Amino acid sequence: MRKRVYFDNASTTKVDEKVVREMLPYFSEIFGNASSQHDIGIKAKDALERSRRIIAKSIKANIGEIIFTSGGTEANNFALKGLFFSNYPQKNHIITTKIEHDSILNVCRWLETQGAKITYLDVDEEGFVDIEDIKKSITDKTFLVSIIHGNNEIGTIQDIEAIGKLCREKKVLFHTDACQSFTKVPINVGKQNLDLVTLNAHKIYGPKGVGALYIRDGIQITPFAHGGGHEKKLRSGTENIPGIVGFAKSVDISNEKDVRRMTTLRDKLIEGLLKIENVKLNGPVGDKRLCNNINVSFNNIEGEAIGGYLENERIYTSTGSACMSNTLQTSHVLKALGLSPLQSNSSLRISISKYTTEDDINYFLEKITKIVKKLRIISPLTK
Amino acid sequence: MGEIKNANGIGKIGNPTCGDILWVYIKVEKDKKGEEILTDIKFKTFGCAAAIATSSMITKLAKGKKLSEVEKINYKDIVDALGGLPNIKIHCSAMASQALKKAIEDYKNKIQIKKRVNY
Repeated sequence: MRKRVYFDNASTTKVDEKVVREMLPYFSEIFGNASSQHDIGIKAKDALERSRRIIAKSIKANIGEIIFTSGGTEANNFALKGLFFSNYPQKNHIITTKIEHDSILNVCRWLETQGAKITYLDVDEEGFVDIEDIKKSITDKTFLVSIIHGNNEIGTIQDIEAIGKLCREKKVLFHTDACQSFTKVPINVGKQNLDLVTLNAHKIYGPKGVGALYIRDGIQITPFAHGGGHEKKLRSGTENIPGIVGFAKSVDISNEKDVRRMTTLRDKLIEGLLKIENVKLNGPVGDKRLCNNINVSFNNIEGEAIGGYLENERIYTSTGSACMSNTLQTSHVLKALGLSPLQSNSSLRISISKYTTEDDINYFLEKITKIVKKLRIISPLTK
Repeated sequence: MGEIKNANGIGKIGNPTCGDILWVYIKVEKDKKGEEILTDIKFKTFGCAAAIATSSMITKLAKGKKLSEVEKINYKDIVDALGGLPNIKIHCSAMASQALKKAIEDYKNKIQIKKRVNY
């Protein structure tokens, strides 16, 4: 049987074997609680702080500014809720965009029920936020701007340095969700004036269930979980040492060479897809697009049908569209770009990884060309 | 899959929940006994994999059967024939049976019109 072609890496990645090897001793050998005073606990604590240092260094942060969480969703919840409760009622306004991950948007919607005012900014047809729009939206009630760094559906990379500069000038905090961009696009919290950054492990060949929130020193934030006082009393709970060690390893082995390779393969894949008639790329081209993201609309056929037929060929992709997830709703991101529900339903997201080969791309292009042709024949929308 | 050029019943349906579109074409002919038989059925769809599967299954279930039997096919028969569907996809099977019902209605209306013309 042909090997699997996994093109759903924006959902999650395969854990790198080096990461697994690094994690293993921390399950049943160095299994201690990092708060314990004995040798097994101290060794776990050492591993915890070693890992924290690696992650802090990767975004040019201080070691004490990294708070480990259970992943990106928790880090996003912590950032927004924690800052809201430490600012409310003096300040209650958050500025975000219409293309955030659900773990930002749904937190915002809930915060609205708690007294928050939220501005959801529009984006242009490539998914970029206009910095002037942010500037115009800031009021004396604004305490936070939260904007996703690399978009999970369409790959748009925002100019966080420009946004950071603006927020610093206006004395408003800036949080960015960097789950998709981490290790792919340089993050430098000092140079880019970032106040809070969401990071996670399972998009970068690390384990699931572990992430981090960078919180700049001196920021007042309400704790996320109260308890034994772990993570600077901000996020209590016995630390997930194997996960954290794996997270650090995945960061440690990330490199620019992989990014360059993925960029080349991404562009080859896009070029091949655009050779099919009536195909439109969603999101930007070039270095303002995540190196592993491709999102296209096929017109007149449904993305999920394409995905189903691709799966028969052992190719795994995803749609963010209707009938796909548990919601039956069209993608809020594609809608924000101005796509019609029909165009949105005909879209497919292909997200490659460092394991993707040229052979995978050729096989994929050969199969998808045939599938699209077949589905268009049976589509009532094809003339 | 596809369309029947000389179909005598067409059922077109769009599902507002998820944006799927399904067109069913049927050909009904009378056999020697004068019984109405669905001799051919094809479909076109803009839909997900489940929509295509349910459409395909309904053609299997209906083809060659008496019209009176075909009229009784409901979404449960389709789901059973497919060996089950996730809950969220049940509406796809309902869509397929509705489109078939519409095609039969269309066929019957055409016959009515024909009769009227004959008067």
